[in-house]
Order: sequence, then C-alpha cells, then structure tokens
Amino acid sequence: MVKIDEKEYEELRRHGEETYPHESCGVLLGCGEGDERVVVRIARCENVRVDSLRDRYRIDGRELVRIASAARERGEDIVGFYHSHPDHPARWSQTDLAEAHWPGCSYLITRIASGRREETNSFVLEGTGEVDKRFREEEIQVTHGNRS
Amino acid sequence: MKIFIPAPLRQFAGTRSAVEVSAKTVGEALGMLVAEHPDLKRHLYAEDGKLRAFINVYLNDEDIRYLDKDATLVEEGDTLSIVPSIAGGTIALSQDEILRYSRHLVMPEVGLEGQGRLKSSRILCVGAGGLGSPLALYLAAAGVGTIGIVDFDVVDATNLQRQVLYSTADVGRKKLDSAVERLRGLNPFLEIRPFETRLSSENALDIVRQFDLVVDGTDNFATRYLVNDACVLCEKPNVYGSIFRFEGQLSVFALREGPCYRCLHPEPPPPGLVPSCAEGGVLGILPGLVGVMQATEALKLALGRGEPLVGRLLLIDALQMRFRELRLRKDPNCPVCGSHPTIRRLIDYEQFCGSRSEAATRIPEVSVEELKLELDAGRDLYLLDVREPQEYQICNLGGHLIPVGELPRRMHELDPSRDIVAHCRSGGRSARAVEFLRRSGFGKVRNLVGGIRAWAERIDRGMPRY
Repeated sequence: MVKIDEKEYEELRRHGEETYPHESCGVLLGCGEGDERVVVRIARCENVRVDSLRDRYRIDGRELVRIASAARERGEDIVGFYHSHPDHPARWSQTDLAEAHWPGCSYLITRIASGRREETNSFVLEGTGEVDKRFREEEIQVTHGNRS
Repeated sequence: MKIFIPAPLRQFAGTRSAVEVSAKTVGEALGMLVAEHPDLKRHLYAEDGKLRAFINVYLNDEDIRYLDKDATLVEEGDTLSIVPSIAGGTIALSQDEILRYSRHLVMPEVGLEGQGRLKSSRILCVGAGGLGSPLALYLAAAGVGTIGIVDFDVVDATNLQRQVLYSTADVGRKKLDSAVERLRGLNPFLEIRPFETRLSSENALDIVRQFDLVVDGTDNFATRYLVNDACVLCEKPNVYGSIFRFEGQLSVFALREGPCYRCLHPEPPPPGLVPSCAEGGVLGILPGLVGVMQATEALKLALGRGEPLVGRLLLIDALQMRFRELRLRKDPNCPVCGSHPTIRRLIDYEQFCGSRSEAATRIPEVSVEELKLELDAGRDLYLLDVREPQEYQICNLGGHLIPVGELPRRMHELDPSRDIVAHCRSGGRSARAVEFLRRSGFGKVRNLVGGIRAWAERIDRGMPRY
C-alpha cells in the first residue's frame, strides 16, 4: 500500500495535465516499512526523453542523485516514482516493466485523457531481480491533511 | 569515500544505505563493495562483467560514463551513488506486432496510438461458450493485451455446433485449457488470464476489478444479474449479449451515464418461464453473430472511438434478418445504479432468480436405474414426456408427449389416479411439470432425474444423446 496526502497526490496528478500531451514524471519521497510506503513529499522531474516525449519518460540520473541526497538530509528515502500516460490507460505497460529497476518501490501512473487527469493507479515492483520482476497493483490511500 | 546504496539494493548489502570504502578509483571502490557484499554483484554487473545497462554510477553528481568510467580517480570525501535508471512509457509495439496489426495501424481510427490502447486494455470474458468463443478469438486477434476468461466447464460434443474456439479433439478437455492454447497460438503477444471457477458473489468483485471492461457471455439469469451488479459496483462497462434460437439481443450496460441490466429487467422472470438454449435450442451461427458484435463494442470502448451501444437495446431477428433498436432509459430508482441504491454489495443471485427454490428440491424423484427396475418388474407406470415434438423424434421412451408449455390446457389427458413419471431431456422442465401437476391435484407424479439423457448414458447406450 502507498499512503499519500491529498495535496501531494493532486499535485502529481496535475503535473500530468501541465505536461500534456507529453509524459510527466517525478519521484516519491518518504519512508517505507514492509509493504507500506508513506509519501511525504514529491519531487517533480524533467522528462529528459527528448525523442519521444508523448510516450516515453526518463528521469535524468543527475537530478535523481540530487533529489536523493537532499532527501537523505531530511531523513527521507526514495519510495517510488510517478509518471503520466497521455491518452492511455493508467496501467503499466511492457515498457514500464522492462525499464523498472527499483523493486520495493511504488510506481504511480495517471491517465491524462485529452488534457484532463483521470484515474491514478499504483503498482509495486516485486521480485529480486530482472528475471522475476513483476508489477502488483496496490492500494493508494489518500490521506486528508494529516500534516501541515 | 562513501558509496550510497539505493533502497532496492540494500537487502543485498546487509540493509545498509551507505558503505565506507577506501579506494583510488571508481572501479576499485565498486570492487570492494561487491567483495564485501557478494550478493550485490549479480544486481550490478551483467554476465560479461560490465555494469548493467540500467545501473548508473555517479561520482558526486557526474555520471562515470562521461568521466573515465571505472578508471575515474576518486578522492577522500567523494561520494559514489548507485542509481538504477527510472524510465518507462505507455506502450511499445515490436516490429512483429507492427506487421501483425498493420491493417489496424493504417486506419485513422486506430493507428499506433489506438493499437497501443488495445494492447494496454484488459477485457474479461465471462463464459467461454457460444458467445465467448468468437469474442475471445477476435479480441485476441485484434491485440487486446490482457484477456481474462472465466469458465469451469469441459468441452462437450454438443458445444461444437457453435463454440468455434474448440475442435473435435478437445471434447472432454477443460474449456480453459483448450481456449488458452488456441488463443496463445493465435496471438503470442498477449496475456491470457484463465479463471477456472464459477463466477460467484464471493469472487466476482476481485475478478472484475482486474479488468477495464467485462463482456457477458453467460447463459443464465443468476450470473447475468451477478455480472451486472459487479460491473456497476466496480464501475466497469458491461457488454451484454444474449441469444435464443434465431434471436439475439445486445447492449452496453453499467456506464455511469447509461442504464444497467436491472434498469431493463428489475426482476428476473419466474424460473422456467424462459427456456435456456439447452432446452429451446439455438442456431449455431447466432452466438457468432452476437459475440462478434459484442467484441466490436468492446473494441470501440477500449479505443474510445465511435458511439457505444449505451441506452440502446439492439434486437436481432436472424430469421427475418431484421435489426431493431429500442431506447433504454436509466431508471433513477434502479436498486443498483439509481440515485439511492439499495444494493451496495453482491447478493445471493441463485435465490434472487429462484433457481434454488425449495419447491423444486422437494418434488418426488426417481432415478433412471430405479425406473428401469420398476418397468422390468412390470409396475404400472404412465410415462409423460414434456419435451417438444422435434426432440421426441430424436429419441423417446414411448411416453405420452405433452410439451411443458401446453400442460395447463392439456392436463385433462392425464389420469390423476395413475403413477406418473415425467421426463424431459435432462430433468429441468419435467421438474417444473411435476411441481405444476402436484399443485393441480396429481398425487402420484415423480420426476425422472437427469431425464432421457441420463437414460441414454446409463441404461440404453444405443440411444442417441443430444
């Protein structure tokens, strides 16, 4: 399960509307224990996949290193990622699975239909490596203003 | 220097998030890391000993690929970050898939984007029978990425007249085994999810939730109401179809703006009033016609193209080859999709449809073996056959023929003082006949369990079965 406050949740969903028709992407920061990930902050990233922005995304590694290092200083960790699917269902694609290398992390996908945000689903990457990795759909628990 | 380990790899590094090493180059530092934590090696390095393509290593905030790679010199106080890449995308079609779907890809209504939608869509077929066969075949051929099939039946010879998913050699096999084999043979680029179970109030929501839309290929009222309610509760479109003899019906239910099956039929018909295809028969082509139209509606919904058959009931009369359309309205008082629903979870549908009525289980019965013994012993029995004349021609036990529908007005042909044994093909219609006759004052009437089909299977093997 992934827990996220409404504010961050709607922000990551809006991000997909802003970048439409291109894919948006970002990092979920917080803490994880067992099968529960609690998101306390999201970090918007630039989609650096310049060749095919409509149907691909990639987060720049340097940006990720900076995000991870700032998170460490706040005592947070990378617990997942989000991206949007412009005019495609909020389901993981074969490309998403092939390019997912963070087992134990949540991958949130938001469908943006004609520029409007629709459903968001979360999939946790399971398995120990490239051979047995797989996505399992998980619950998104949206909390309401538990924090300031 | 410090090496930062990303969360997914910490389980292979003694759960540590950072490891201190003292090294001169990046290569040496990484070598020390995997020497200390050997489990990490296969996650960082490919078989050929090179860093895996998706593993990025940053010295401070520079990618070592753009420095001197492994030979990059490091200093005290530097940090090394191991960062698996983060990427993805909606959909990718391989060259083989592009070739396979080329007739779709050149259509403006489909194109690469539409084909990608089909690939990422997940459609559940409830039932792999007459409707489910053409449906599953066409969905698979069209490239629907995930197809779920719910069925628990075995292929029977009587299925082959219409269930084109199966061949003669499949008789006796589980339908799901044959179906999965056939569909994978047709299109290996798909995920087929078989559910070998009867769809029930206990499992329906769990199964339906895994899909984007549901196509109802069931043949009984209890499952039809179950599929409808599950789809409304899960907010999934329900592509409905039904068939009987030369007639078919089609609609798309359970879309938020449109009606559901309960808006059309708030209550099921009394049990036995509407004959099933097993009792009444069906033209083998009819499920093909209706199933392919259901597949068309399912593909349109998956593509988000065209005008779906929402709020419209299409009536097909193949004998006249006429298609009519009825307007359907959403019932604001519908117990499941109305503005104040009373059904908020799944109920007992067998009970709702009366298919498990107490009366039906209380009627006196006789097995084919007992009947044989009684006949051989010369007991005075009156055999009543409640099937249709065309069924009587296929095989009979020499009984008096009164089709169940004519029984109320032809009851006078029967003698209430006689010992009557009623039978039909498999026992359903005769059970209703026995119930009716007992209520009408016939005290000594029993139902032949399993009907003439059981007789042909267990007593007279020379008799044709149908």
